[in-house]
Amino acid sequence: MRVKVTVMLKEGVLDPQGKAIGHALHTLGFGEVGDVRAGRVIELELDETDQGRALSRAEAMAQRLLANSVIETFAAEVLA
Amino acid sequence: MRAGIVVFPGTNRERDMAIALQGATGTQAVMLWHRDTVLPALDLVVLPGGFSHGDYLRCGAMAAHSPIMTAVRSFAEAGGHVLGVCNGFQILTEAGLLPGALLRNAGLRFLSHDCHLRVEREGTAFTRGWSAGDVFRAPLAHGDGNYVADRETLERLDGDGLVAFRYSDAAGRVDAGTNPNGSAGNIAGVFSRNLRVLGLMPHPEDLVDPLMGGIDGKPLFDGLVQALAA
Repeated sequence: MRVKVTVMLKEGVLDPQGKAIGHALHTLGFGEVGDVRAGRVIELELDETDQGRALSRAEAMAQRLLANSVIETFAAEVLA
Repeated sequence: MRAGIVVFPGTNRERDMAIALQGATGTQAVMLWHRDTVLPALDLVVLPGGFSHGDYLRCGAMAAHSPIMTAVRSFAEAGGHVLGVCNGFQILTEAGLLPGALLRNAGLRFLSHDCHLRVEREGTAFTRGWSAGDVFRAPLAHGDGNYVADRETLERLDGDGLVAFRYSDAAGRVDAGTNPNGSAGNIAGVFSRNLRVLGLMPHPEDLVDPLMGGIDGKPLFDGLVQALAA
């Protein structure tokens, strides 16, 4: 079973990468772009058939390693 | 003072640290491999600078879960002294041994230049060689040194005197103009609650000999020897 974990900087934490991407998009003429936030997607292949268990294991992994709760939030989602 | 230096894959400042420690102690520090699970009898554990595990995921995130960090955590909990410089500071925050986190520099650039640090807390094992308000020069070299913590943590650090150093100018002025990387409150280094764990981004170990261009970093190591000499 595949689980996708999306890690984003918390609201209010300055995201200089997102800002730089926003500036580049403006330079390319995409003037409609406002705030840009950059994060990280981690796909996990789990030896697990139960969706609920897969999700709770992925959340445990995010809490222990994949995300740093001081600066980041995460969301886990079963892909298939 | 018996000192041990932890080496992770990608660590690259361990020999600079060993030279600085030897200059102060007259004895060689022990190199410890990240897979070790037991520490020898030590007075000080140092996590040096570098790019442990290639900075993958987040700087210091992988190293914080290395086998040796269980032993380093027990050492710290038993009152041992731990110094983390640059990547070592990042590892200590990722391991939860120091509060806060280090984000990408606000200007996005990797910075490599000298900076000035103002001593905020005197009288600790690490800062007894200075007085509060003293300013010293230190080289910095990092891409992720932007110190952040939530408001309550920053207030606690301030209130409890747990800020070790702030980025300043040569005269000790601390403001946005003397902040190289966007760190909250210009914080360059912080202590644990018991003042026995210190993390800082700049490299005092790289300014301990006139041949290096100065000895501004020496008080850190000489002070540690005075405090921890067995």
